Amino acid sequence: MLLSSLIDLSRLQFALTAMFHWIFVPLTLGLGFIIAFMETAYYRSGNEFWKRTAKFWMKIFAINFAIGVATGIILEFEFGTNWSNYSWFVGDIFGAPLAIEGILAFFMESTFFAVMFFGWNKVSKGFHLASTWLVAIGANLSALWILVANAWMQYPTGMEFNPDTARNEMVDFWAVIFSPVAINKFIHTVTNAYTLSAIVVIGISAWYLLKKREEEFARKSMKIAAVFGLISSLVLAWTGDGSAYQVAQKQPMKLAAIEGLYQGKNGTPLVAFGVLNPSKDIADMKADSAKYYSEEPYLFHVSVPQGLSLLANREFDSFVPGIEDIIKGGYTYTNFKGEKRTALPLEERIIRGKLAKEGLAMYHKAKTAGDEEGMEIAKKQLTDNFEHFGYGYIKSPEEIVPNVPLTFYAFRIMVGLGIFFIFFFILTMYLEKKNLIAQKKWFHYLAIISIPLVYICSQAGWIVAEVGRQPWTIQDLLPVQAAVSGVSASSVLTTTIIFFVLFTILLAAELKIMFKQIKKGPDAN
Amino acid sequence: MLYFYQHYWWAVVSLLGAILVFLLFVQGGQTLLFGTVKNDKERTLLINALGHKWELTFTTLVTFGGAIFASFPLYYSTSFGGAYWLWFSILILFVIQAVSYEYRGKAGNLLGARTYEFFLFLNGMFGTILLGVAVGTFFTGGSFVMNKLQITDISNPTISYWTNGWHGLDAIAHPFNLLLGIGVYLAARTLGLLYVIMQIDSEEFAERAKLQVKVTGSAFVLGFVGILIALFTLTGFSVNPENGIVSPVKYKYFFNMTELVWPAITLLVGVVLVLWGLISVFLNKVRYSFYITGAGVVLAVWSLLICAAFNNTAFFVSHVDPQYSLTLYNSSSSLFTLKTMTYVTILIPFVLAYIVFAWRSLTKVKVNEQDLNKPDAHKY
Repeated sequence: MLLSSLIDLSRLQFALTAMFHWIFVPLTLGLGFIIAFMETAYYRSGNEFWKRTAKFWMKIFAINFAIGVATGIILEFEFGTNWSNYSWFVGDIFGAPLAIEGILAFFMESTFFAVMFFGWNKVSKGFHLASTWLVAIGANLSALWILVANAWMQYPTGMEFNPDTARNEMVDFWAVIFSPVAINKFIHTVTNAYTLSAIVVIGISAWYLLKKREEEFARKSMKIAAVFGLISSLVLAWTGDGSAYQVAQKQPMKLAAIEGLYQGKNGTPLVAFGVLNPSKDIADMKADSAKYYSEEPYLFHVSVPQGLSLLANREFDSFVPGIEDIIKGGYTYTNFKGEKRTALPLEERIIRGKLAKEGLAMYHKAKTAGDEEGMEIAKKQLTDNFEHFGYGYIKSPEEIVPNVPLTFYAFRIMVGLGIFFIFFFILTMYLEKKNLIAQKKWFHYLAIISIPLVYICSQAGWIVAEVGRQPWTIQDLLPVQAAVSGVSASSVLTTTIIFFVLFTILLAAELKIMFKQIKKGPDAN
Repeated sequence: MLYFYQHYWWAVVSLLGAILVFLLFVQGGQTLLFGTVKNDKERTLLINALGHKWELTFTTLVTFGGAIFASFPLYYSTSFGGAYWLWFSILILFVIQAVSYEYRGKAGNLLGARTYEFFLFLNGMFGTILLGVAVGTFFTGGSFVMNKLQITDISNPTISYWTNGWHGLDAIAHPFNLLLGIGVYLAARTLGLLYVIMQIDSEEFAERAKLQVKVTGSAFVLGFVGILIALFTLTGFSVNPENGIVSPVKYKYFFNMTELVWPAITLLVGVVLVLWGLISVFLNKVRYSFYITGAGVVLAVWSLLICAAFNNTAFFVSHVDPQYSLTLYNSSSSLFTLKTMTYVTILIPFVLAYIVFAWRSLTKVKVNEQDLNKPDAHKY
């Protein structure tokens, strides 16, 4: 009980920090480039209008940047303070991208950040412009490395388990960096950030139009943001599809949770929207199977026939496993190496996970005794069962099922809003081209409302990705209960409360400063 | 081969740590906000002079943490997960710094400028002391248990934990750690004062800083001598690289200096540079005092950190059982990872070059009121 509250609190704290971090970071990722476009226009034309415009958005950038940095360091510390077992188990792989991020990306970002803000009178125009571009590139490079690390947790590759050190070790750096999940995740995440930034720029500009202020500034800002946003959101949709396909291949339980799919079939439909039946609970499968099987998964739903099969396997009539199928096993699937395999039931995976751990313990016993033959036998037992290592910690089926309602609804919010933003950017471009954008009040309101919506969309995406992969800190290898630190639950509760209070105050201060800056407008010094 | 890379990475991490102590001049400068500055004009000048640089210090801290995580993950895991409250305190003290520069001077900042200045002061004063305390545990160890094979115990897989309820706060009570913490604080404040003398265009403020540096700098030198005496008389722990057995050795760190020699020379050069930098203030030749003293601090700190782990020394000793202690051999990443990361360090000179270039571009003109009030200026 104590352990479970420690795990829940540690997860809560990490989720709280990550979500808070992600309020500020996406804006800086995209706004960096929007500012760079504007300063490039200034550099080329010498028109002071562009300098003034770039400088206004820089102020918004700086306010977000500071708090993004502050929350970023908390995440780095939390890997060690709250997830110390994880830090050792995967530090050999996870640490490297993090260190490279520091050496290559953070220094670029922070060094040129100083030039970008303090260098207007001190460096040449060209050097200043280069600094602005390097801040944007540095910020995006940071994102690359941390997303490589995150992708590796979802799809561990390029490593081997070393029984001597009792941890995973990297054997192929390029496999880690160029993992298809990493590439897709990076593009999906940064284009999401660009979309968010574009919406924020359009929303703030719309406020000026509503107030009949700064028309030229607002319209030109909107124009750049709409083009940037439309391209980004189209790439976002494309990588979103790629992401769903990868999840189907590598994290089938996540996909099942996203769909609220308990029993799979050939030609599985895709739920476009629907309401889950709260009475359907996987824990009942064993405890009260009559109730479990009598409950429908949805109270209401509208589905696209065979849509999920197409999304998951690129084939209309293919089989997509549901939560129950994954627990029971027995279905055939093609793994990422293209091999046909039969899914093992959870019970067997648990046994094999325990065998792997036993093998590791035996290996060390034999090593201490100098028994080389014993070491070989134990190593074989470990290696043969290693892909199920994490299942050895699992005690009941419901432990491997993520929170279905949270992932199901978050996914639909994310996709629904994502589609809306594509049309929104097209609308913005159309109204601007037709010279109607300054007069259409309804559009101004729509643009302002889109700001909170895009943040909700972005957070929902992370909920799908992270809640959906529970209980795994490393897919199939390390569940949360084996990753957590040996600290007391009360300590984690206390620090969570401190963080919550601090974050709330900082967010309130940040918003108030932002609103004041926006109210003052681009001419304020 | 692995032996080489383990030592190479400890040297890199130590160098990052040493550069971090130099860059803590930002924190040292922040401690001048209460007591040393006399009016709002000086306060604004000070914050804007430091505001060009705080990001660099912060980034170095983050990279120092990332580099330890990558090269010695068992230390990251054992120390951060064990000395929980110590690291948490350091974290909070740096988080409140990160927002304070940007928010302090802005309308609508909710808490008022003074609160953010107080945050900066807290970060400058206690952030430096606690970082010093944390570094002190490289020499004094902690109350932890560490057993990698615990991962095979399904009901209790946590491989390391702290054995007392203080979770790292007990490190503050160790006299050596505290002395080191105060030493880091004094170094940071001395460098902060030297930075003010070099970078702020206010004769009155600079004269006051010169007077203070004579007191703080002398205290730093005395404190540093105290640290060296305490360190060289400490009992350290040696590891047998053949079988991993850890055993106590009297005056271990002193012997590390005499046996390795080059850290002793580095230390000596560092001390000479620090003294040269400080004496130049007494002689009123202050143009390069900041850089000379800073270089001395980097060399001195680097040599001490090298001594913590080189020459078969356990760098994080367990008070529970010395056999749980961490050494370069049992806590490092694999050969492959260390090697891969070593390729990345080839780029460090390039990174340093653009940092130096940007630093010079922003530091060539002293911070003055006229510049801050220009329409193009970004004022904190």
